[in-house]
Formats: sequence, C-alpha cells, structure tokens
Amino acid sequence: MQTSVISRDPATPYRFMGLLLAIGILWPMLQLAQFEPKLLVDPKNIQVMGDFLVQFFPPNIQATFLSLVLKATVETLAMATAGIALAMVIAVPLGLIISYSLSISRIGPTSDHQFAQSIRFLARSFMLILRGIPEIVWALLLVRVFGLGAIAGVLAIAITYGGMLAKVYSEILESGNTLPARALILSGSNRITAFLYGLLPGSAQELASYTVYRWECSVRASVVMGFVGAGGLGQLMDQSMKMLNGGEVSTILVVFLGLVLLADYISLIIRKQLA
Amino acid sequence: MAQAGECIAIIGPSGSGKTTLLNILATALKPSLGTVVVLGENPWKLSKSSLKRLRSKIGLVHQAPPIPLRQRVITAILAGRLGQWPLWKSILSLFYPVDITGPQSCLERLDLTDKLFDRCDCLSGGQLQRVGVARVMYQEPRLILADEPVSAMDPVLSDLTISVLIEEAKKRNATLVASLHAVDIALRWFPRIIGIRDGQIIFDLPSSEVSEPILRELYASELGGLPIQASSTAT
Amino acid sequence: MIAPINTQPARQFCLKCLLTLLILFGLTIASFVYLSLNPANLFTLEALRNMAQFIGRFFPPDLSADFLEKIWQGILQTLAISALATLIAATLSLGLSLPVSGRFGPAAKGLTRFICNFLRSVPELVWAALMVLAVGLGPFAGTLALTLHTTGVLGRLFGESLENHPIAPSNALMLSGSGRVTSFLYGTLPGIAPQLLSYSLYRWEMNIRMATILGFVGAGGLGQMLYYELSLLREAQASTVIIAMLLLVVFVDMVSNKLRRIQMHNQG
Repeated sequence: MQTSVISRDPATPYRFMGLLLAIGILWPMLQLAQFEPKLLVDPKNIQVMGDFLVQFFPPNIQATFLSLVLKATVETLAMATAGIALAMVIAVPLGLIISYSLSISRIGPTSDHQFAQSIRFLARSFMLILRGIPEIVWALLLVRVFGLGAIAGVLAIAITYGGMLAKVYSEILESGNTLPARALILSGSNRITAFLYGLLPGSAQELASYTVYRWECSVRASVVMGFVGAGGLGQLMDQSMKMLNGGEVSTILVVFLGLVLLADYISLIIRKQLA
Repeated sequence: MAQAGECIAIIGPSGSGKTTLLNILATALKPSLGTVVVLGENPWKLSKSSLKRLRSKIGLVHQAPPIPLRQRVITAILAGRLGQWPLWKSILSLFYPVDITGPQSCLERLDLTDKLFDRCDCLSGGQLQRVGVARVMYQEPRLILADEPVSAMDPVLSDLTISVLIEEAKKRNATLVASLHAVDIALRWFPRIIGIRDGQIIFDLPSSEVSEPILRELYASELGGLPIQASSTAT
Repeated sequence: MIAPINTQPARQFCLKCLLTLLILFGLTIASFVYLSLNPANLFTLEALRNMAQFIGRFFPPDLSADFLEKIWQGILQTLAISALATLIAATLSLGLSLPVSGRFGPAAKGLTRFICNFLRSVPELVWAALMVLAVGLGPFAGTLALTLHTTGVLGRLFGESLENHPIAPSNALMLSGSGRVTSFLYGTLPGIAPQLLSYSLYRWEMNIRMATILGFVGAGGLGQMLYYELSLLREAQASTVIIAMLLLVVFVDMVSNKLRRIQMHNQG
C-alpha cells in the first residue's frame, strides 16, 4: 500500500505559534526589567567592581575588625534564638486555635459552632498576614519604631516565623493520630488537656524538629535583615559594602558561610538528641 | 571470526551469555580475558574520538528499546545518526526534524508509517521494538547487532522484522549478528548458527548441519523442550 | 490464633531530651540578656501607644489612580525580574546539570558542585547588594542577583534529577557514536523534562517573593518603591505598596496551588 509522502512535521504550526508567543512575552519583559547586559562590560562599572573584588584577597583579619565580626556574629545568633522563642509564644496558641483536631464543635453538636468557625477563620487570616509580609519588610517598619539595632530584627522574626510555625504546627497536629485527642474531648476534657495528653506525645518530635529547622532559617534571615539596620552581621556587611571595603566584605562573607554551616551542624545535633 | 556481510544467529538457553556477547561486540563491555577485534580494530586501545567513530558504525538493537517514552518516533529514529552529525545539526533537529523522508522509509519497510509523528508511549511493545530496529536501519551501520529483536512480536511481525534486518544487511554488505530465543526463526533465516551455553560456545555450524540432537543438548536444562515460535500462517 | 500482645513499655523517660531542652532554654534566656531585651518592655503602655500611633499613620492607604498606576508598574517589574531570572537560571542550570551529575568526570563534578553551593549559600539580598555595585541601581541588578542565586539552586536540583534518572537511553546513544551532550539531549532530557519544569516553576514562585524585597538595596521592583516611600516618611503610600506585596504573594500562592492540583489530576 503506497502512503503519501509527508513532507512537513505536523507539529510545526504549533511550535511556530509557541515561538511567537514566547517572543511576544519575552520582549516586554526585557524592557520592564531594564535588561542591559552591556552594563556589565561598561568600563566604569568594571573598574569599580574590579577594585572592589581585588580587595577581597587578602581578607581583612585585623584583630580590631575580627572582634567586631565576632560580636556581630554572636548578636546574630542571639537575634535568631530570641526571635524563634518569641515566635513560639505566638505560634503555640495560634496553632492550637487553628487546628481542627482540637475542635470541639466538629465532633458533636454544640451551640457555638458558627462562633468557633469564625474565630478559626480570623485566626487563619491573621496568620496569613503575618506570614505573607516578608520578614524584611517587618524589619524595615520596626526599625522606624524601635530604632536601629537588634530589637527590630528579633520582633520581625517573631512575627513572620510565628505565622509560619503556627501554620506548620496546625498541619502537624492535624496529620498525626488524632484519635486520642478526640477520645479525650468526647469524654469531656477541655482542649488544653486534650492537646497535652492526646496530641503532644505523638507529634512532639516532629514539632521540635521543624522548630529547630526554622531556627536555622532564622539565622540566615537575621543576617539579611541587618541590611535594613536590624543589627548583626548583616548591618556590618552593609556598612562595609557602602564603604567599598572589599577586604572587610570578604571576611564577613567567609564568616557568614561558616555560620550557616555551624547552624546546620547545631540543628542536626539538637535534632538527634531530641529523637 | 565473521566475514563482512555474513548473517549469524546466536541461540542458547536463557542466561547463557548471549546478551553479554553482543555487549562485548558493541564495545559496551570490556572482556575480562583476551582481546576483541571489531571491524578491524581493538576498541579498547582506541582514542576517544576513534572509538566514537567506530561506534557510529555499529548498530545495536536492544531487546527493550531504551527510548524515552515522551519522545516522538521521528526524533527517536533520527537519533540513530547522532554519531555522524555535527553538533549544530543535532540541536537543530530537536526543533525541526532535518530529515523526514529517511525515517519514513525505514518505518514503511516495518509497516509502521502512520506512527511517524506519534509519541513513543502510544506504542505497543512490538511497535516500540520495531522503532528500535528502524533507528538502527537509519543509522546504516556496518555491523548490526540485534539482542532478541522480536521477543515482543507475533509470528507474522517477527518474520517481517527479521527479513527486513537481513535485507538491510545484504543491501549494504553489512554483518548481522542476532541473538534469538526462538530456534525455528534462527534456522529459517540465518545461514550460520552459533550455540552458546553457560558462557561457552558449544557449536558454530551452518544451519543445515544443526540437527535436533545438537539442539536438544544445547537446551538440555530448559524445561518443556525447545523454544519455538508458533508457526506463521499467511493471513 | 491470638496475635501476640505488644509488651514494649511506653516511651521511656528521655533524660537526654530533658537535658537538651534545659540547655536550649538557658541559651534562649542568655540571648535575651545579651541583647538587653526584656519582652515585658514591649508591652508597657508607652511602647504600645507608640506602636498604635505608628500603625495609625499607615491608614488609610493611598489609593489614587496615579499611585495605583505606579504600583501596577512595580508589580509588572517585579514579575519580570523574577521570570527573567528564573528563565536564564534554568537554561544555565540545564548545561550545568551535566557536569554536576558527573557526566564529565569527577573533577568537573567537584568544581561545579562547589560553584553551585557557593552561589546558593549567599543570600539573594547580598547578591543584590553586590550587583548594585557592579551595574548600578535598578532592576537589572535584581535580575542578575536572582539569576546567580537560582542557578546555584537549580544547578544542584537538575544535577540530582539527572543522577537519579536511568542512564540506559543515553548510554545506548553513546554506543552508536553520539557525544555526551547530544546523547543527553536525545536520550535523557525527554524523560526528566517534566521534573525540571516543575522545579523551575517552584523556584519562580519563590523568586517572585524575593524580587519584591530585593528593592531594599536598590534592585528594583516593589521593594525599591517601599524603601523610597518609607524614607520620605510617606506612610500612606507605603501601606499601599505593602498591601500590593501581600496580594501578589497570595495571588501567586493560589494560582500555583490550582496549577498543582490540575497537574496531579492529569497525572493520576
């Protein structure tokens, strides 16, 4: 049986249209983002960047500077820890309110089912706002209220991570074995007792593990927030960069990378001990 | 030990080493003892680029074609000549196939023309095997190695595929070495048969001299007698 | 037959856990002391009144048409920065994935893995500050910064994807004489493409969030607007920007959830 010779790929028209569509989106995108690769090779820029990078080696290891760096590092760690602690203070009650497995109204008929639902809805929206606004925005605002320094950073972490922890706490509590808690509620105990005796034993490890992981993230976040004046290593790096001091910046970068590794290691140890 | 243009079938019980032998010939495995000479060269003594060139002259038909299922048949077949194309041509072909008539004629001979632009996950096992054969045909190698090329096919298709392979080999005076599970196909199509068992060559005879007792001895361990493809009847 | 009764005792009292918790508690208190931060101070009447006053200045937000137009441009710019950066990073990572997965030998693997780790360990904001030095203020710096960081992340992810994928198809092509790059393109890429796309889309979502704040160091987008308005003490305008940021993040969240549900539906 002789079949006709196909001379064209049937997928061609679709591919061509796809290509046109891609160009149609790409071009305005490049304009919006002011994409100018030639800025990278502009001689003025190269000179500034080059001078800066050259100073990276050797990194600044003078004793006075190093002690500044050490203080900033400790401050960063303290910020992260205090921040997470306050975040837990927010997250624990918020998470309990949100969590469905502690909902009395869901198990049996009660008169204030609507009330409980609306409370839960409010709590969830509140949590969304806390999480949705990036921590650095909070930091920027809080610096206006409390001035430059670590307080703004601690509160910013507390607020954002409080929202994040609340969400994950409620998810962990909901996904674990909820039968003991329900049984306790059905036999008349109140929510707190049901939580302490019914849900907590089973989920404790997961809750702790996630909290420690978030602590590690908060160490990184603390450094980043320093760029808007919230203290710690970030603020030091921001100052050094504004002065175009490459040696100092490279030292801080190395210390930062080391700090991240250290936080990773510490969190691993803590999680192993709590297992 | 094989001349150019010969057609050889390798038979033997499962696990006897047929695939291993083919892999050594395909330069995929290095022999632990002795040397191997393929197309006049020892592949393990060659430089990287010479090895590439040698490999582009060897076509291996796999029992389970290693073709990504989301790929279209035409791209899968075109991949046969990657060893012979410059880089720009290979990349261009991803966007628009540089040759449509070539793969089409390969598929025509295997009775699969209408699948040319389909995705490989729409094909049955036998159809996918034939695409694997089509790829090797498109490659136009000097040495065709086929590892159980018709294991997923019914008798009619098996005959068609084997006849196409042999025709291809004869057309370009290429050597064809095929390992087969069904003994009757081997005896019917191939002039020279090699029997392997437990990694050793038991016999190497023209097919006319391969008699029933020799076969029984080769397959002594297989339960239920000799593996035979059901006889093909013209439909 | 009766099933054997589980005779394991209830969870042992964990001394190690208690000690760890006590140490952590102590360190936490130490942190507060070090920062001279007494949480009770935050809730004094004075502090609360200050905060209330501060928050009051943010309402009502500026919703004038002119300003909303600027906000819209800011949103588009933020989206453009994140999309462009993710696109370039994904392309670069595609190429990087080969050495990262070891297809070019152990030396290349070690080197490219180190580069990827370095690129992703440095936070995006730090990259942005560095890029502002290199190319000046504006969204281009933001795009470059996100590209660098995302290349590190996707390079690792793509490489691991590649490593976990069966190597038979590309090996078969190499046996017929193909080179390493073409055997990857024809043999492996069709198989891993969906997963690579999924990683890239996920990263784009995160980059949108990042792009909104890179502006704080001058790298364009909504962040730069917010910094600008706050430094001029224009709180009403600033609150509009914050609301816009929030809405953008929520919107992207919803869209990606819906897309994920559709994709799971299709695959199932």
